[in-house]
Amino acid sequence: MIDAVRESLLAYGNTGLVAWVVLKILVIAVPVIIAVAMFVYWERKVIGWMHVRLGPNQIGPFGLLQAFADVFKLLFKEVIQPSSANKFLFVLAPLIALVPSFAAWSLVPFDAGLVLADVNVGLLLLLALTSLGVYGIILAGWSSNSRYAMLGAMRAAAQTISYEIPMGFALVSVMIMTGSLNLTEIVMAQAGSKGFLDWYWLPLLPMFVIYFISGVAETNRAPFDMAEGESEIVAGFHVEYSGSAFAIFFLAEYANMILIAFLATVLFMGGWLSPLQGWINADVAWVDWIWKGGWQWTFIKAFLFSFFYLWFRATFPRYRYDQIMRLGWKVFIPITIVWVVVAACLKYFGLVTIGA
Amino acid sequence: MNRVFNYLKSLLLLELLAGMWLTMRYMFKPKYTMRYPEEHIPKSNRFRGLHALRRYPNGEERCIACKLCEAVCPALAITIDSEMRSDGTRRTTRYEIDLFKCIFCGFCEESCPVDSIVETQLHEYHFEKRGQNVVDKVQLLAIGDRYEGEIAAARAQDAAFR
Repeated sequence: MIDAVRESLLAYGNTGLVAWVVLKILVIAVPVIIAVAMFVYWERKVIGWMHVRLGPNQIGPFGLLQAFADVFKLLFKEVIQPSSANKFLFVLAPLIALVPSFAAWSLVPFDAGLVLADVNVGLLLLLALTSLGVYGIILAGWSSNSRYAMLGAMRAAAQTISYEIPMGFALVSVMIMTGSLNLTEIVMAQAGSKGFLDWYWLPLLPMFVIYFISGVAETNRAPFDMAEGESEIVAGFHVEYSGSAFAIFFLAEYANMILIAFLATVLFMGGWLSPLQGWINADVAWVDWIWKGGWQWTFIKAFLFSFFYLWFRATFPRYRYDQIMRLGWKVFIPITIVWVVVAACLKYFGLVTIGA
Repeated sequence: MNRVFNYLKSLLLLELLAGMWLTMRYMFKPKYTMRYPEEHIPKSNRFRGLHALRRYPNGEERCIACKLCEAVCPALAITIDSEMRSDGTRRTTRYEIDLFKCIFCGFCEESCPVDSIVETQLHEYHFEKRGQNVVDKVQLLAIGDRYEGEIAAARAQDAAFR
């Protein structure tokens, strides 16, 4: 059916080609936007529950429409530009934050073959795109011409750059194990007959933990939300933003969070593979999806990982700035460097079986 | 040795995991939130809310204008004027309570010899204009007529303890 749609569009020449590309973008972007809206609702709900509150429950059944009410409120509000702001960069910054976080979504494989761009250097491109987002943040902080925004931007930049290194090492160890940078191949290399024990989280356990914690730090989320720091620098880099410009920052941040959850799934938890793979091979139609891999497993795992974000936020108080830097440089980087060597040894001496 | 032990303990995130376990348990606890307009906490039958003037079952107003409530009121919120009615009884021509002055102490109800002025269990009321805070006799009687059932029930529950 997909091929039929493509053929019918391409029959219109260049216009059809553009339409096909736009269609492909929308197929990823619209669900991501809706997922972000629902994730915000879910976040408020979960944090409410953990605070022994109820969370939003007034708008729509169980408060389900709360996120959409918030979105429309933001869209209808005025975008106020501070008079001393750099007008061009002030408008450009949210877009620079948004574009990489959405572009990275094109690389995520949801199922075998179900990926928008099956790039051979996927991992590298991913690293590049996730680190581009910090330009949006630092430009937002600088162009607002506000002390608080500037402080937040500086913190965000320092933090993102620091945590990119352990994150990069974690990705390197995955790359060593797989021998490929292609995300689909990384998932397929975790296939096997030992169920979830075949996935990379086991041989790369410290890397897996560090990757996820760095991911939390990279997306500037609690307990690493120094860049926002409501209590000391009010809202950090987006303190001068209102209305739809603020909504775009919000969207980019949450899209990044869900992206990190998906990447943790793909890189360490076997992507769309079933945790019971190879254990049971019965051929019963209605429970087939449990031990046969499929997109549903990608989403279940990613949902669990995104839940961890909310769990962290409800549990941990914010780190101090020097503590964040100490954790990044003096704990994570040494451990990851060691474990890259360990991973290389594991692979070289054949102590782990890949794709068996 | 102790330092090494502590280092490993923090490296394994044990205390952080203990914290996460705590929040996870709280997530499934029953919630304290009272969804207020839809739910109410139970109210005591001695709750002192908005005032009301009661009537006897035959429709005659109870108040005999003895002005004990006016005298006892510590906030000077009650104002009473009275005259002799055509049937020779003493009745109020004016019975006003300033709800901004009132401190809802319940002394007026305690002092009333004929159980006329009472404080009902109503606490959800509002004023929209200046001046509406002074509730006059007609309004007080109307409140009494409307909530007579609840007022009588609350008094009956409390009677054994008086």
